[in-house]
Formats: sequence, structure tokens, C-alpha cells
Amino acid sequence: MHSVETKQKIELTKIATKKKRENFKHYIPLYLMALPAFIYLFVNNYMPLYGMKLAFTELDYAKGVFNGDWVGFENFKFLFSTSDAWIMIRNTVLYNLLFIVFGTAFSLTVALLFNEIMNKAARKFYQSLTLIPYVISMVIVSYLGFAFLSSETGFINNSILKPLGIDAISWYQEPKYWPFILLFVHTWHGIGYSLLMYTARILAIPREYYEAAEIDGATKWQQLKHITLPCLKPVIILMTMLALGRMFSSDFGLFYQIPMNSGALYSVTTTIDTYSFRALMKLGDITMASATGVFQSFVGFILLFLANYAVGKFSKDNRLF
Amino acid sequence: MKFGRYKKWEISGHIVLSILALLAIIPFLLLIISSFSDEQSVVRNGYSFFPEKFSLVAYQYVFEQWQMIGKGYMVTVIVTCIGTFVGTSISALLGWTLSRKNLPGRSMLLFIVTFTMMFHGGLTAQYIIYTQIFELKNTILGLILPNLLMNGYFVMMFRNYFETSIPGSLLEAAKIDGASEVKTFFKIVLPLSGPIVLTIALPLGLLYWNDWTNGLYYLSRDSNLQSIQTILNNINENIKFLQDNNLGTASSGISSAELPSTTIRMAMAVVGIVPIICAFPFLQKWLVRGMTEGAVKE
Repeated sequence: MHSVETKQKIELTKIATKKKRENFKHYIPLYLMALPAFIYLFVNNYMPLYGMKLAFTELDYAKGVFNGDWVGFENFKFLFSTSDAWIMIRNTVLYNLLFIVFGTAFSLTVALLFNEIMNKAARKFYQSLTLIPYVISMVIVSYLGFAFLSSETGFINNSILKPLGIDAISWYQEPKYWPFILLFVHTWHGIGYSLLMYTARILAIPREYYEAAEIDGATKWQQLKHITLPCLKPVIILMTMLALGRMFSSDFGLFYQIPMNSGALYSVTTTIDTYSFRALMKLGDITMASATGVFQSFVGFILLFLANYAVGKFSKDNRLF
Repeated sequence: MKFGRYKKWEISGHIVLSILALLAIIPFLLLIISSFSDEQSVVRNGYSFFPEKFSLVAYQYVFEQWQMIGKGYMVTVIVTCIGTFVGTSISALLGWTLSRKNLPGRSMLLFIVTFTMMFHGGLTAQYIIYTQIFELKNTILGLILPNLLMNGYFVMMFRNYFETSIPGSLLEAAKIDGASEVKTFFKIVLPLSGPIVLTIALPLGLLYWNDWTNGLYYLSRDSNLQSIQTILNNINENIKFLQDNNLGTASSGISSAELPSTTIRMAMAVVGIVPIICAFPFLQKWLVRGMTEGAVKE
């Protein structure tokens, strides 16, 4: 009895392994199809993980870039002993908060008003025009900004301030205006996209809700408060949490191009991304650039993880990963 | 007149959206008008919507410099075409592999992809790998490979589409007919995947067309691989160089081709914008589609 059972078992495992092997063979072409993308991910995403070690070593070209002596967290100590570190973190976080709060409120308001427009052609017209800035690169946006802000030939100084008898302003030298300018450009560049996104969500709200409300004689304000906003709440919370998860990253183009990388403005325009770019490419300080990058990667990862966890608590379907 | 009592809401909507639409295009108008303005009147009165005098000199200059700009365009077109084609293809192939439910090791492969969406080594670490190990500096690959080519989101969008939008019965039938996985993909899945391919390819193409960061990182200033956006960025860098060092154009050693006059600068930006504006209606359709698709992925 016993031996027969064992035999059967052996037979079964044999068949199973054979099947598995055949199964595997059947899938080989699929692995091959996936290969190019995996090679790219390996080069573009996984090898830089090794490059991160530069943040923990002392750079010594004689020994080769990757063979510097291990110094632990010394580079980070140095980075955080500078005022640059504090300024770039402050700027990155504050601009993100500003964009989240103002951006959400503004795009939501615009989307709600847009939703009241019934004329199809008008809707299409507004949507197209507001989307144009979104497809233009930040370099070209900086040319547009320059046309308005240049101190000698700019439109604002020459055609607005001069006729009003106000002295010309050196826009690219005066930090105090830049939080507003950057907020404006950020909103200007992104409003078409947010409008589309919120509109898609508003259109997904069942029409019957509004019809019922109208029959009950609800005012538009009441409909907004009791139907539209509650229906949009999940999206708003989701987007806010995801944005909070990205609080340590910034739009490099916005902060580098729009102020034209002007030194006088660094105190209000330097973010983590522009700092590490300058450290790496302009100052050749690979160690500081690496330390900044590693710091940003880890904090960014923790925040994203927390945000994802929070989103998951709130609605499983919307998790990022 | 059903909506009569809500008229004031609609009117406010029109007012706000008109203002936004105007704000969206006014800067472009200023740019275009400036590019057609007479250089002297710009120097005297600044960029203006109503210049004293119009002139085609800026464009004349741009066409004289066509060697530089035309080459820039060529680089942009080549990089955009290769990058978009390769990026979309390899994302689609990986997306298809990951959409096969019985694939051995599928969850591990999925993790390899999702990890790249959660954690990024940073541009510095990436730059060091690409320049020290792969020596991409001043090569066309330096414009194509870093960062842009593909990412986990593309792959996941493809995978979602293949899992939800290709009828299972078709795949089942192919299997019964003995078609291999490769054949199934190319003969059955791909012909049904037009929408998702365009949803990925058009924004990716836009990304390549507009990219100046790879040029900034991976090209030295004298490189002859400068794309149109990199040329525009270099003009910016030169202006900044002059401002920082308080130099006049004459004493800076920067030639006039590298630091064009006020109107020429604007004409070059116009040259950079035109193709995007031409492609805009088409682009818009697929950007919108990609977004609504992404929005209803649940």
C-alpha cells in the first residue's frame, strides 16, 4: 500500500514538473518580449541605485568616481550645515503647499463654473484655448515671461508701468515678486489640464441627482453644496494626498526657466531640484548633488508610501501601487 | 427656458472662462507680434501689441541661420520619432507580458516595474551612471535614453488596456487554434490597440518634442546635436551669462548667432511653437482621452 502511494506521488510530481517545464517553455517568447523594457528599467532605474553610493563616499578622481572612501553620513552633515539646505527645503515644501491649496481651490472653482456653460461650442473653445499653455515647453514659456518682465524691453515696464508713471521694476532682480509670478505661471500652465480632469469627474455625477434637486426647487448653490462637492470629495482628497506625497519634488522647468536661473532670485526660487542641478552641472560638486538627490529620494519615498497608505485606507482602487 | 433661473451662473462661467482663455493666448500674441516688430521700436518702446513699425528682419535672419535651426529641427524630429516609437513599443510588449495571468514569476516582474514607480535614484545618480559607465555625453542616445523613453505608468496603462479591453473570447479562440503568445499579440491584440497606443505615444512624443533637460545635462554647449529646445535654452543661458557678468554683447565673445537680438529671439521661439500648435487639435484629443482613460482605470 505504502509504496504504491509513494509511487503515485512521485508520478504526480513528475507530471507536475513536466507540465511546469512545458508551461515555462510556452512562456519563453513572452519573457523575450519583456526583455527590452527590463533592460531599460535596469539601466535607467536600477543602476542609479548603485550611483547613490556617491553620497556616502569621498570623491577622489584618482581612485575613480565609484571607488571613493566610505565616509558614512559626513556629506549629509555638511549639506545640512549650510543655509542652502534649509532654503531649498523650505522653498520646495512651501511652493508645493501653495500650489496644492491655491491650485485645488482655483481649478475647482473654474471647473464648477465651466460646468454651468451649456453651449457645446463654447465649452470646446474654452477648453482648447486653456489647454494650449500645457503643451508648450517651459523654455518657450520663459520667453513669454521675458517678453513681459524684461527690465529694458518688457511689456509690463514699458507699456503698463511707464504710462502710469511708476518706476521700472527689475523683475529678475527682485525676489519679493517671485512667489506670485511662479504661482501665476504654474496656474497658467496647468489650468487647462486640471479643468479637463475635474470636468471629467463632474460629468460622471448622475444627472438624476440634479433633476431631483431641481424638482425640489433647490438653488444652484444648494446643488453645489449638497451634490457636486460631496461627489467630488473623493477625487479632491485623492489628488491632495498624492500631491502631498510629492511634496519634496518640484517642477524643475518652472523654477529653473521662468526666473531665467537669475542669481539674485535664488533665495525664493531654489528648490531641491534646481539646487542639485546647479551643484552638479554648474559647480561640479558631485558629492553635494548626490547627497541632495539621495535625501530627496528617501524622503520622497517615505512620503509617497504614506500617501499611498492613506489613499488605500480611503479607497483601495486608487492606490498607486 | 428650463435653465432660466440659473442663467447668472452660466454668465459668470462665460466671464471667468473668457478671461482665462484670453490670458492663455495673450502671451503668445505678444510673442508673435514682437517677432514681427522692428528691432528699433522694440528697443525704444519694449515688446508691444501695437509696435510702431512692423518688420520681417527677424525672420529673414532666422532663415539665414537655417543651418543651425534646421539642424535643430532635424535632431528634434529624429529624437522624437525614435524615442516615441521605441518607448511605446517596449512598453506595449512588457504590458502584454504582464497582462498574461498564468505567466510564471508574474508577480515578481510586476514588482520590478512598480518599484521604479515608488523609488527613484535621482537625476544626479542617473547622470553619473549614464556619463561614467555608458558615456552618453554628447551622443544622440543622451537625448533619447535618460528618463523619457518609458516608465512604469505607461506599462501599467498598456497592461490595464490589454486585460480589460481585449475580449477574452478572442484570446481563447487564438489559444485553441494553437497560436503562440507572440502571434496572438501581433495578429489579434495589436490591431485592437490603436487607442491605447495613441494615448501613450502622443504624450510621449510631446514630451520628447518639448524636452530640453536632457540637452542641458547630456550635451556640452558646442555639441552639434542641439535640438530646437536646446538651442532656445542656450540663448537663455547666454543672456544670463551676460547679465551675471555685466558684459555687453560685443565684449562677451558670444557671437550674435548665439545671442540674437530682442526680436530675433522671439522669432525663434515662434519657430519652436508652430509645429506644436499645428499638431494641437490632434494632440488635444488624445491627451483628453488618455486622461479620462486614466481617470476611469478602476
